[in-house]
Amino acid sequence: MKKDNILEVDNLKVSFKTHSGEVQAVRGVSFDLKKGETLAIVGESGSGKSVTTKALMGLLPKPHGYIKEGSIMFDDKDITKLKDKNMQSIRGKELAMIFQDPMTSLNPTMKVGKQIMEGLLKHQKLGKEEAKKKAIELMNLVQIPNPEARMKQYPHQFSGGMRQRVVIAMALACNPRILIADEPTTALDVTIQAQILELMKDIQKKVETSIIFITHDLGVVANVADRVAVMYAGKIVEIGTVDEVFYNPKHPYTWGLLGSMPTLESDEEELFAIPGTPPDLIAPPKGDAFAARNKFALEIDFVEEPPMFKVSDTHYAATWLLHEDAPKIEPPESVKKRIESMDHSEEAKR
Amino acid sequence: MARYIGQRIIYMIITLFLIATISFVLMKLLPGSPLANANKLTEEQQEVIYEKYGLNDPIPVQYANYLGGLVQGDLGISFKYDNRSVSDILGDRIGPSAQLGIQALIIGTVLGILLGLVSAIYHNGITDYLSTIIAVLGTSIPSFVFAGLLQFFVAVKWGILPVATWNGFEYSILPTIALAIFPMATCARFMRTEMIEVLNEDYITTAKAKGLAGSAIIFKHGIRNALIPLITILGPLAVGLLTGTLVIEQIFSVPGIGEQFVTSVNTNDFPIIMGTTMFFAVVFIVMILIIDILYGLIDPRIRLSGKD
Ligand SMILES: Nc1ncnc2c1ncn2[C@@H]1O[C@H](COP(=O)(O)OP(=O)(O)O)[C@@H](O)[C@H]1O
Ligand SMILES: [Mg+2]
Repeated sequence: MKKDNILEVDNLKVSFKTHSGEVQAVRGVSFDLKKGETLAIVGESGSGKSVTTKALMGLLPKPHGYIKEGSIMFDDKDITKLKDKNMQSIRGKELAMIFQDPMTSLNPTMKVGKQIMEGLLKHQKLGKEEAKKKAIELMNLVQIPNPEARMKQYPHQFSGGMRQRVVIAMALACNPRILIADEPTTALDVTIQAQILELMKDIQKKVETSIIFITHDLGVVANVADRVAVMYAGKIVEIGTVDEVFYNPKHPYTWGLLGSMPTLESDEEELFAIPGTPPDLIAPPKGDAFAARNKFALEIDFVEEPPMFKVSDTHYAATWLLHEDAPKIEPPESVKKRIESMDHSEEAKR
Repeated sequence: MARYIGQRIIYMIITLFLIATISFVLMKLLPGSPLANANKLTEEQQEVIYEKYGLNDPIPVQYANYLGGLVQGDLGISFKYDNRSVSDILGDRIGPSAQLGIQALIIGTVLGILLGLVSAIYHNGITDYLSTIIAVLGTSIPSFVFAGLLQFFVAVKWGILPVATWNGFEYSILPTIALAIFPMATCARFMRTEMIEVLNEDYITTAKAKGLAGSAIIFKHGIRNALIPLITILGPLAVGLLTGTLVIEQIFSVPGIGEQFVTSVNTNDFPIIMGTTMFFAVVFIVMILIIDILYGLIDPRIRLSGKD
């Protein structure tokens, strides 16, 4: 492993056995995560984001979900090869996860304090009293008012936003080295979304942890992430720093995502929506999986899969448009405008 | 909570009053005389007996007397067993019935829950198929068939346990098993479904993500949540046991309330029939109350709304 990497995912393939065939949910994903950085993974729903995180956590539904190929290196170990017993001592301690729906991700019949303490008792060998103290600290960290009393309550006595804070506190309990947040704000009201994002950023500063932040909402990414990976049909099609992906996007799918992003100054001009639907993952198409929906598709896109082309040391994109023989194609005007306007709003923020 | 229980008790009293009235009316509508050999008695002799049991009073008066007695806990006097009060007779017979019922309920639910859990945890394995077969057989074959089979094999053929009557614990084993099979099978099927559902819940994934071991997840997060809905079928199961005792006690000649009830129906011993009905009604209603309270204790969401 490279020195400043905490996680290296190489050519990860995950499939599900189903009645209608093998669903190839993740089809060769590679990325690494550096110490202390936040990597966002974006993509339409169904692109394989959650499955990727489940594979990282060793939480694929057994036996029909399985890792077909590839490796996940963490601490110089390939954790795809670990026995479940050994994985248990990593889960919740080194790798922790925040889930999408706080209404269903807490046990309705267990007191909230106990649910936060569980991980501490298991991994840190704390006594009951110490664990209680630590749980109260954690609840303070995620800004749940009146933690002593809240500890003794059940999830149904919490609002959605407060529940998500509990889930975050649970994930942070053992100071994980990697925190995976799978669409942590998607299920929440807009105002609450902003609060939870604010909290996540706050925590980013206070806690030294690398974060993988999953979202289908590009709008969120610029705010929280250092780097972005764009996923489509089980593959990463573009990866780079936030600036690179936002201001110099190379993949037509990224253009589509940027163009279809609703903004506050919602202009009359049409959004650059991506036509069509994602491909069938039981029988993925030949060539570039995005070709059928891509109005800039070249003939070769229907025949051969594009490799990752290097744009810069940190920026890569899998599109034949980057081949030296390809015609020079610029992003559509509406997308360009969108990029410019983002530029301004970012500047305005600073 | 206290207010809630108070309210419930008032409803219970109303329910019991209705049951008493309906069973009284039904008794009056029944054909047949309570006198075993009515045709051998002279008019006068019959008259004396009717007078003794108040059967000559106008029906509203009989009804009032009956209700008045009930309020004081007096269920009347048996037609059949001279001068013995119904309460006395039921009191003599409650022991075996209660023992059978409680043993069967405990064995049935505990074994059923275990069977269902094992099924769910080893979902689609051999254990699952075996216990599903047991559960299907147990719910579809009537208990008197099991009773007969148990008597034939265990008692008659192998001579391990007594065939019938009531003379100590070993006499209770076969009827308990025969009675327990249905609740066991029902609990097993129900528990399997619930547990499989619970194990697919998001909060189980959360628990896994914390690094908890499989056993901790099942015991701390799985079972309690799967048990909550099971409480709702305990009521119907208990009723099934009550009616089950009617048949099973008869087959095994257990001197319990059920056997008495069947005998009394055959001899038109109205006070005992009504008394037993009232007794069953009370047992049933109290059981439902206990189950509701239990529900509140085990499910925090209900506990809270009960307070409001
Ligand atoms: N348990 C499963 N069984 C079969 N297919 C699954 C399962 N979970 C996910 N998939 C499939 O994997 C693909 C990726 O899903 P997912 O990772 O959840 O997408 P998202 O990017 O929205 O998080 C989808 O096509 C989905 O249908
Ligand atoms: Mg998802």
